[in-house]
Amino acid sequence: MAPLNIIVCVKQVVDPEMPASAFKIDPDTKRVVESQATPPVLNGFDENAVEAALRLKDGVGARVTALSLGSAFAMDVVKKPLSMGADDLVLLHDDAFDGLDSFAAAMVLSEGIKKIGSYDLILAGRQASDWDNAHVPFGIAELLDLPCLPVAQKVDVDGDRVTIQQTLPDGYRELEADLPALVTVTNELGEPRYATLRGIMAAGRKTPTVWTAADLGVAQSSLAPRVVVTDLYVPETERSIEMIEGDDDADAGRKLALKLREDNLI
Amino acid sequence: MTEVLVLGERTDDDALDPVTGELTAAGLQIADDVGVLLLGAVSERAAQEAIAQGANVVYTVDDPSLDSPELDAKVAAVTEVCRQVDPKVVLIGKTLDGREIGPRTAFRLGAGLAQDCIRVGADRQTGRVTATRPVYGGNAMATVTFPGDGPQVVIMRGRAYEPLAADDSRTGDTVDLSVDLKGAESRVRVLGTVEQAREGVRLEDADVVVSGGRGLGGPEPFELVEDLARLLGGAMGASRAACDAGWIDHSHQVGLTGRTITPTVYIAVGISGASQHMAGCSGAKHIVAINKDREANIFKDASYGVAGDWRAVLPSFIEAVRDLVIS
Repeated sequence: MAPLNIIVCVKQVVDPEMPASAFKIDPDTKRVVESQATPPVLNGFDENAVEAALRLKDGVGARVTALSLGSAFAMDVVKKPLSMGADDLVLLHDDAFDGLDSFAAAMVLSEGIKKIGSYDLILAGRQASDWDNAHVPFGIAELLDLPCLPVAQKVDVDGDRVTIQQTLPDGYRELEADLPALVTVTNELGEPRYATLRGIMAAGRKTPTVWTAADLGVAQSSLAPRVVVTDLYVPETERSIEMIEGDDDADAGRKLALKLREDNLI
Repeated sequence: MTEVLVLGERTDDDALDPVTGELTAAGLQIADDVGVLLLGAVSERAAQEAIAQGANVVYTVDDPSLDSPELDAKVAAVTEVCRQVDPKVVLIGKTLDGREIGPRTAFRLGAGLAQDCIRVGADRQTGRVTATRPVYGGNAMATVTFPGDGPQVVIMRGRAYEPLAADDSRTGDTVDLSVDLKGAESRVRVLGTVEQAREGVRLEDADVVVSGGRGLGGPEPFELVEDLARLLGGAMGASRAACDAGWIDHSHQVGLTGRTITPTVYIAVGISGASQHMAGCSGAKHIVAINKDREANIFKDASYGVAGDWRAVLPSFIEAVRDLVIS
């Protein structure tokens, strides 16, 4: 049997672990200001999706193509799937792709997937840790008319059928569909593998395929937003903290207990 | 005329799920004409309940495929009802079903879409729907609006609005809509559900939650965390990093994609306080943070803090708590 063709959608995002003090918004553009100190990262759930793809590659055999959409890629970030073990990288890159809403992003990614051509399984992270929308994967499934199986903690392919364990608050449920299908992956799948030195070197040598809006036949007018951000701001927090100090750490622990009792919290 | 269409949900015993009343209350912030759509074999009692909670009209679509856990037929039904009723906005809850039906319906309609909203309204000048939501894991708030005309889709976070008190004297119509669901047979099959056994207090119900994070460095310290939780009659939580590392089961994960908790006291040990974690616990009345990094984000949201090594702080804290609780 021919190996599976898997496309994994990955997104470069603002580092969600960025210290709050470094998180700044430009009030004019209503955008997050890029921080010199905290570079962007690959969306964590997308790394889980890459891991799911590589487990299938290890298990049943697969050719794994990573696909990303943007207007300002950090090459070491978007090449991470390659250094983890993916075979190819396709970048949909155009100034016109800056700040797309979910609808336009799903449309452009779908065009990229169609241009790649052959696919059995499309994987994506369950959501991106910037806006946490979880829209784009559903959009791709709708636009390509594929069955969609969201929030998988386990992905198995048997012949022409995919089965997932969908994470629920108190367990999971099993879903299945015929291929081709789209599956979104959650962190419950387990930690993504580290890039190996060999992988990093191989990734460095690989040149990604780059397609522009013109290559995809995407007209500027089709990217018009259906959602407009009218305000983006950092909310004020009203909490004030009482730091408990002691002679040493153990003493501070004791004093913390006494303080919480004094305030009737324990 | 229905300006706001609410996708209602029902419980297994055919009562109205509370999300329906919450969404109706949200809809009344936008317009007075709120219709509730109920799918499947809907009883008169459920329809009456929706009206008592503020709906002007209840739309029903009855088809056996709408009572199954698969969603393809529901997406087709909601899309078709939107075309027939042509509301200004559709409100959908961020539930297991809603988080999928919402985006898929929006893409089919070519509609604007906003996720996880906590406030909605209408712009006074333009009449356009506005929605406000936390983004960047709660580091920021965004307000969005929709330039297009057709129905917009807004997905609401749970408990964003309180349902109105039920008023049985309210009246409204029930309209049964005919929707062709041929070709909408589900391509995703639900094979079965596996429930995880759970011990002790539910995290969501606990008055005290003690959580451990990456700073604990391994699985063993979670025994201390559990001791403390038990001592305080509470539940044990964890950060996503600790769960992903395999130190503790994912059922303990507190955060944006884990559990959302609202205890009186939240004790965070060795948790840096990344925004995606805080999104799950910021509803706590008091956050108590133990972390050796004085600059950690967690101290920004905490009411009490100890900047110290948990290896020294936690045992003496537990011992003192034990003396206080037992005496």
